[in-house]
Amino acid sequence: MQPILSMEGITKRFPGVIANDGVNFDLRAGEIHALVGENGAGKSTLMNILFGLYQPDEGRIVYKGEELTIDEPNQAIKLGIGMVHQHFKLVPPLTVTENIVLGSEPKSGLKFDRKKALKDVEALSEKYGLLVDPNAKIENISVGMQQRVEILKTLYRGADIIILDEPTAVLTPQEVKELFDILKGLTKQGKSIIFITHKLGEVMEITNRATVMRRGKTIGTVETSETSPTHLAEMMVGRQVLLRVEKEEAKPGKPVLRVDGLSANDDRGLLSVNHVSFEIREGEILGIAGVEGNGQSELLEVLTGLRKPVSGEVYLNEKKITGLTAKEIKNHQVGYVPEDRHKRGLVLDFSVSENTILGIHSRKPFAKGVNLDYKAINNHADHLIEKFDVRTPNNQVHVRNLSGGNQQKIIIARELDTDPVLFIASQPTRGVDIGAIEFIHRQIVDARDNGKAVLLVSAELQEVMSLSDRIAVIYEGEIVDILEAKDATEDKLGLLMAGIKK
Amino acid sequence: MRKEDIQDNIRELLIPIGAIILGLLVGAVIMLAIGANPIEAYKALFIGAFGDMNKFANTLARSTPLIFTGLAVAFAFRCGLFNIGVEGQLYVGALAAAFVGGNLTGLPKIIHLPLTILAGMAAGGLWAAIPGFLKAKRGVHEVINTIMMNFIAYALIGYLVADVLKAPGQTPRTVPILPSATLIRLGELVNWSNSRLSIGFLIGLIACAIIYFVLWKTTIGYEVRSVGLSPLAAEYGGINSNRKIILAMVISGALGGLAGAERVLGFDRALILGFSPGFGFEGIAVALLGRNHPVGVLLGALLFGALSNGGAWMNFTTSVPVDLIVVLQAVIIFFVAADQIIRVIFPKKRKDWGAV
Repeated sequence: MQPILSMEGITKRFPGVIANDGVNFDLRAGEIHALVGENGAGKSTLMNILFGLYQPDEGRIVYKGEELTIDEPNQAIKLGIGMVHQHFKLVPPLTVTENIVLGSEPKSGLKFDRKKALKDVEALSEKYGLLVDPNAKIENISVGMQQRVEILKTLYRGADIIILDEPTAVLTPQEVKELFDILKGLTKQGKSIIFITHKLGEVMEITNRATVMRRGKTIGTVETSETSPTHLAEMMVGRQVLLRVEKEEAKPGKPVLRVDGLSANDDRGLLSVNHVSFEIREGEILGIAGVEGNGQSELLEVLTGLRKPVSGEVYLNEKKITGLTAKEIKNHQVGYVPEDRHKRGLVLDFSVSENTILGIHSRKPFAKGVNLDYKAINNHADHLIEKFDVRTPNNQVHVRNLSGGNQQKIIIARELDTDPVLFIASQPTRGVDIGAIEFIHRQIVDARDNGKAVLLVSAELQEVMSLSDRIAVIYEGEIVDILEAKDATEDKLGLLMAGIKK
Repeated sequence: MRKEDIQDNIRELLIPIGAIILGLLVGAVIMLAIGANPIEAYKALFIGAFGDMNKFANTLARSTPLIFTGLAVAFAFRCGLFNIGVEGQLYVGALAAAFVGGNLTGLPKIIHLPLTILAGMAAGGLWAAIPGFLKAKRGVHEVINTIMMNFIAYALIGYLVADVLKAPGQTPRTVPILPSATLIRLGELVNWSNSRLSIGFLIGLIACAIIYFVLWKTTIGYEVRSVGLSPLAAEYGGINSNRKIILAMVISGALGGLAGAERVLGFDRALILGFSPGFGFEGIAVALLGRNHPVGVLLGALLFGALSNGGAWMNFTTSVPVDLIVVLQAVIIFFVAADQIIRVIFPKKRKDWGAV
């Protein structure tokens, strides 16, 4: 079968690094083609070349039988190449319709023809089975819906190839399922899809073929039906990878954290944590399973001092820490990996060094009085970089420039290095590549084995099940049940997560 | 310094320099359009600013308040605050300095001068603390509040200087600063110059160094910059954003007050109504030009001082009107703000190793 697109021998050099080194990639009409590889493998560079953001130094692009160069995104769009970025590029106060037509609005005279826009969007939405409310404002619709709007945007511009950059990273399991149905529908109508991901389960589930990249090179393209997650993981990382977490039986000791009848409100003032009680002992991992938005975030914010509780008490080693400030709780030896590393966990425009002391910056040896000791800080950073295998050129790089996995490693390194008695990790591997996931899981289990009490919150049920010793299920702010991990099955948890008790 | 750091710094410098060059080019086009000779005009501009030691000293004198006001804007900006009220803080600082410096008799200089300067800084700091407090506790936007505080300051100083504190005579001005509180002028030290450049300029250099140190070498600066770059991450890191916002406004206001004190104690030796042609607002431009870095602010202040003094000379010796200087300043600011344009005109290699 003649491919609709082939990229041959693409090479792209940046100062000091070859981002793409003779990369070959081809896409057949009507297929979903996974582009997998760890962060920094060169996937984004390749796609940016296809989308006209970069020019390749070598190699050629053949599209619909014609060799061409793509100078800028507008040309790519005209050619029928659309891209849905991981971070959506939508205007929140505008409506769905306005966002879809933005930049190529139908006009009557000089005026924006709103009626025609609405009609076009409705027709498009019907044709491809992408149901949206065309008059809803972006700021009022769910992330899954926003993603549909992004896909519709590419279709509105006549895309034949749609590039999706880690589309499932922000979705709930239900939304992922819906997305997959949509993608299958699109391919039936002849669209071709490039699916960038590092979740191998999704590759197996949805794609026809997969191209694996590593360190700027294509390792190979395989038919999905003829491969396995283990094989793909090996191709990605270049060595054998443990997809399962290996751990010994927990040896829990005395209780470290005790939460007693805790209630808290969300930002809108609605009760979102409802009379929650549980305890965690040293040397055990308590996982919290639940669909996102059921009070997990608020619960953790209360535990770490970022939110005031309405009622109830929190005890750490039998000392009451309810309502203390974030700083005070940190000083009680609580380590916290927040769910949103970009907004909470890191100052993106600070250097790696400066980020390794966030929250402990006024402690010795980093601060002497009010003076910062940059020698000590840089040594600390170098120590963490080495110990936690953070891939960065040096400790002065802004963390914004690092990959998600390396950013996350910095946070985990910083929080574990303070030797906490309680270690709280929220979505520790979200948007992180396989090699780093394996490493982070290892760190969490090691923390447990070193006698720390670990509280894990994750939207990935698999992650909760494989790491936890006990699993608490949260639904609408209440802990519905707490199970021993060995008794927990996906079905059982699924029912509890939907609020159905026994 | 690492190689990358040096490259980064060069990159940071390229944008303002490119903006200045473009600004001068646009100015030249305008001059040609009005039938003037740009080469002659720019020559006059340069001579007016740096032609001899005396002119050079005057340029430094004109730059001095801009160093302080530029630092004031830059410091607040590092905390994510847009302090448009530096002009007002400068006014109240000048008032406090004029009052303490002109009326507190019988003190030795070693006490009176520092006390007077501190009074100016305290007044500016307190004036800025009000919008800082409102921002921190009530979420009121500081841009609105600082602008309104400016009007209050104008009216207050206008009333006090024209009435309550007015020295005898025609002009609305306060009594002269007592010799025990004046900043020594260059013209008083050497006989080749009558410049009113005072040691206030040296205080400006010291202020640059101190602000640099505070921002990048202390926990205070670390916290202020965290709040400015990422309030949520700062909160996570146990930093009390509200306190930092108030602190940043107070420090910013104190610098604005210092600018006023320097004018009163060094340059004018009294508070003369209308003494500021908008130093506080020029400070915004200076901070922007200097990319909110103390060294950049210093260079930006020197540039604006040179343009202002050189412009007067240009106006005096050529047919180009002094208004052109305002146009030049505006164009330079425009190109700094629109640094994307500069990036297109002076293309650089993308720094993309991390975004692969």
